[in-house]
Amino acid sequence: MRRRDFLKSTAAVTAGLAAPAVFPSSASAQARNETLLAISENAPNSQDIHGVGANRPAYEVSWNTYDRLMTYGVKKDPNGNDHYDFRKIEPELAEDMNVGANSITFKLKAGAKFHDGTPVTAKDVKWSFDRAVTVGGFPTFQMKAGSLEKPEQFVVVDDRTFRVDLLRKDHMTIPDIAVPVPAIYNSELCKKNATAQDPWAMEFTKNNGAGGGAYKVSRWQPGTEVVYERFDDWKGGPLPKLKRVIWRTIPSAGNRRALLERGDADISFDLPNKDFQELRAAQKLTVIGTPVENALQYIGMNTKEGPFTNVKVRQAVAYALPYQKIMDAVIYGQALPMFGDKDNVTTGFEWPQKHGYNTDIAKAKALMAEAGVPNGFETSLSFDLGLAGVNEPLCILVQESLAQIGIKVTINKVPGANWRNELLKKNMPLITNTFGGWLNYPEYFFFWAYHGQNAVFNTMSYQNANMDKLINDARTAGANADKAGYEAAVKGFIDMSFEEVPRIPLYQPLLNVAMQKGITGYRYWFHRQLDYRQLAKA
Amino acid sequence: MFSLIFNRLMLAIPSLIGVVIVTFLLTRALPGDPAAYFAGPAATEQAIAEIRAKLGTDKPLIVQFGRYVSDLARGELGNSLTTGQSVAKEIATRLPASAELTLIGLMLVVILAVPMGILAATRPGSWIDHVTRIVSTAGVSLPVFFTGLLLVYVFYYRLGLSPSPVGRLDVFLSAPPHITGFYLIDAALARDAEVFVAALKQLILPALTLAIFALAPIARMTRASMLAVLSADFVRTARASGLSSSKVIVTYAFRNAVLPVITTLGMVLSFLLGANVLVEKVFAWPGIGSFAVEALIASDYAPVQGFVLTMAALYVALNLAIDIAYGLIDPRVRISS
Repeated sequence: MRRRDFLKSTAAVTAGLAAPAVFPSSASAQARNETLLAISENAPNSQDIHGVGANRPAYEVSWNTYDRLMTYGVKKDPNGNDHYDFRKIEPELAEDMNVGANSITFKLKAGAKFHDGTPVTAKDVKWSFDRAVTVGGFPTFQMKAGSLEKPEQFVVVDDRTFRVDLLRKDHMTIPDIAVPVPAIYNSELCKKNATAQDPWAMEFTKNNGAGGGAYKVSRWQPGTEVVYERFDDWKGGPLPKLKRVIWRTIPSAGNRRALLERGDADISFDLPNKDFQELRAAQKLTVIGTPVENALQYIGMNTKEGPFTNVKVRQAVAYALPYQKIMDAVIYGQALPMFGDKDNVTTGFEWPQKHGYNTDIAKAKALMAEAGVPNGFETSLSFDLGLAGVNEPLCILVQESLAQIGIKVTINKVPGANWRNELLKKNMPLITNTFGGWLNYPEYFFFWAYHGQNAVFNTMSYQNANMDKLINDARTAGANADKAGYEAAVKGFIDMSFEEVPRIPLYQPLLNVAMQKGITGYRYWFHRQLDYRQLAKA
Repeated sequence: MFSLIFNRLMLAIPSLIGVVIVTFLLTRALPGDPAAYFAGPAATEQAIAEIRAKLGTDKPLIVQFGRYVSDLARGELGNSLTTGQSVAKEIATRLPASAELTLIGLMLVVILAVPMGILAATRPGSWIDHVTRIVSTAGVSLPVFFTGLLLVYVFYYRLGLSPSPVGRLDVFLSAPPHITGFYLIDAALARDAEVFVAALKQLILPALTLAIFALAPIARMTRASMLAVLSADFVRTARASGLSSSKVIVTYAFRNAVLPVITTLGMVLSFLLGANVLVEKVFAWPGIGSFAVEALIASDYAPVQGFVLTMAALYVALNLAIDIAYGLIDPRVRISS
């Protein structure tokens, strides 16, 4: 073989090998235009949000394959991107909602069907609500947050009319009906697949769809792949543009980035902060970062035992944290800073907002002396290894910084599976953690994180009767639409949390998503999963 | 021969029972409470207690063990909480994926390492001997995830020669009808050339990564064993009798040198099957190793137990197969047993 022939044949072979990866054939190019390829680190473990231990990705399957009675409207965020609007409740499966004094009545949309063609009736809605408040665990708990507790509350008026009787006035009830949990299930299909041990057909819905949402699952390979097809008879909203969605699990972060950059994958949330920073700068992909509502990364101090019972020590720590270094070197600017306001007095009644602490070692040392521990002490700082990418460098910076005011910190790494257990014990002196709530209300956040009921999220075991009173006042004022009383109470508890600093907010993380330039319609949701229904691909 | 197989199987039973007990105790000794993990972000004590009751982890250990053994006797391996599927089903779909990858990797190893070892042994101190030494040292000292990522970076990201590392098949193709679970075989049986080629392309990089890692033990073992045989009397006699060099090396020397190579091969195979977790992670391969590791992270007992049990059974089968192969290759082994 002559040299030229050899080169030619090698080139041909190389092109042949490369062709399917780089130049898709025309048929598959057609399919690609109507198909979205989403990639993520973790896969759903259920199609049903009610299931025991359903994980966050499972919420995404449920959100897109089931309808709720009501949903949230949309607004533009400050950067001009779509953002769900927690103040605007809109119809989804219901066509309207009538709020009475002691009840709420819903009228179902005419012609709404489940995926198997059965019409949706009020019977299905009641069955679904009954299921959510009965099966226990997370769904029941979430329903309770909106005072939806007993099956007797849910009444079938006629085929298309459904009524919820209220146990008490609660301004969380309607928002709670639009979260992913009260999804509407095909009750006949479920009952057919129920058994004596499993009257709610939980085993069936784990691996099979029983909804009437905009998409239906056509291939279900847990841990690997989920493929959805559009449900063309969907009545819950305008017909989605994407015909198919393929969701693959790609465990390696480097490969997720490579797939996006080479244009083989369309969209992904799960990249390290540094990659998002670089992708944003490179401008080859659209990168949208939305502050995660009602979520904060913080340093929590045990206020029940040990050195941090002294408020002066807590304030000293708050003046000794390396806030800006954490912003730059740990999360690469992919968050909103929550420190360095002019003082510790609230500027409004929204949450989260900046506190008045900043890195000021001299002040911290003075406070330590005032507290009677000028030479410091030894303690340990714990974090969740499951989120080591952020937590580990953060803790090392904190350790370095606290050493300057004499606090000798050893770092305690807790395996992900054990983290919640350790939190429940409430004996770690110093931790870093993130907490966020679905419902975007300050009193909701404070009820879990600061209230003396000492829920698992009150990781500091902070108990203060004045704080509890302010939080309860805000809840009552909110339910009675007493605006002045509500704002006063919210300001009161935020100010108190800054002055007492049982937990020191560091930053509000961004939910970042990277996608190809041709993809439009991305909407931020409080559940932080992808909604396929508004997405379009050019 | 049959009595050999029977004896070996009988001997395997106590070790399998031991494996069942030890994995049960070990998984229970792991820190972490699966109930707390799966109760989700909004867990209260009560929610966790409910889940604990559902999982049965609130019962005493001995009761849990009794239930586990009786399930096992009925072929029930329990449910995985991380993927929500039954463990038996998961293993049945994931084992072929791992096995296909490992076998292709092993084939590459044999094709590359055995000739390298023979050449290195017949020409000790020559350039090929040095090359073998360098390649095998490098292969064993580079961590597999690094080799894997490097290959992806060069062949996918930079050159675009390799398909995207998204698992066993391109996203726009469907898997061939399930017969053996090996995509290559299933696609060939279904006469689907497109899927066959696509599956093969997805296999190349991960198999190569495994092969680079496993090259060292096989090449070194072949070389050492060949060196020992080549200095034996019967080889000298063969040479003195004027047999051609290839006849001496391939027919007489290699056949006698192959026993330790087979043993090493068996070890490498079982090791790769269980330990290619990192390769599976890098290439998004839906294999059994990554499944077990994810379960371990979530302290999800059933899959870990199922995995260890499957691997133990595989080891037993593999050792048996190697013993039988010994007998076929070298009659002396058969006589002495």
